[in-house]
Amino acid sequence: MSKVASATFRDSLSVSLTVGAYGVAFGAAAVANGFSVLQSCLLSLLTFSGASQFAVIGVIGAGGSAISGIATASLLGVRNALYGVIMAPRLQVKGWKRVVAAQVTIDESTGVALGQEPRGVDAMRQGFWYTGIGVFIFWNLFTLAGALGAQAMGDIRAFGLDSAVPAAFLGLVWPRLTGNFERVLAVSCAIFAIAMTPILPAGLPIIATAFIAIAVGLKR
Amino acid sequence: MTIFWIATIGTSLVAFLLKYSGHSVPERWLSHPKIQKINALIPIALLSALVSVQSFSEKSQLMIDQRLVGLSAAIIALMLKAPFPVVVLSAALSSAAVYNWL
Repeated sequence: MSKVASATFRDSLSVSLTVGAYGVAFGAAAVANGFSVLQSCLLSLLTFSGASQFAVIGVIGAGGSAISGIATASLLGVRNALYGVIMAPRLQVKGWKRVVAAQVTIDESTGVALGQEPRGVDAMRQGFWYTGIGVFIFWNLFTLAGALGAQAMGDIRAFGLDSAVPAAFLGLVWPRLTGNFERVLAVSCAIFAIAMTPILPAGLPIIATAFIAIAVGLKR
Repeated sequence: MTIFWIATIGTSLVAFLLKYSGHSVPERWLSHPKIQKINALIPIALLSALVSVQSFSEKSQLMIDQRLVGLSAAIIALMLKAPFPVVVLSAALSSAAVYNWL
């Protein structure tokens, strides 16, 4: 493996493992909210978008209707469509490969791919596939483990996993903060998103920052 | 069909359609220089938002906890130009230490 490819592979594997391990929490939470082990695993296999999955089991578990559960989850899934728009020209895939690419288009695969930009478009593509498929494998395995009542691992916070994921995102955005303009944008979006979190439905504060970027990009 | 099955299948269906629709927008829509510029800014915005939301909230509640220590460790590691796995590991280890022993 070349130096670039192995660096990309390392980034992808770190993210896949840390994010995938969150599947334990999802599997356990899904079963606790009344979903069967099969349904929990199907959500991870077919929906495959952590925020959307947590949203639907949360709403249903709290007594919400199927429609409101689906709507909340779908609202969160809108950002995956945006990621698809970003990734499609870089991936250049058709047919069944596009179906697979679409299914693994999530925060982490897009994030790692964009983090590889300085290493070239091939590294971006590799980062996307390694991370997308890596997270898919670990997320589903850990979901099954969690759903089967593997609460032996118990609290993921005791292993620091709750900090590993934001640290991974920070590590991905850091190299992109090349000038003051980028730094101001990053800090503004971070503050905006956290400030809106108690007000807007989960997920919206994140997608809203994409529109800040669009507005700023149009003006500039 | 139970509400659980409807929710499982419905959520999965919409999730895939959203993902697939994003991949099916014609490429020429994205070739304009302004779009390219925006395309470079969007990840900065989204990744930064993900950092703060995943560090300081829990189910729509703002929260300061051991993740602040983890994030600080990650920032220090990045300022020291540490490689990616070291950044992630230092965040995890410092956060776990605070959570388990403080």
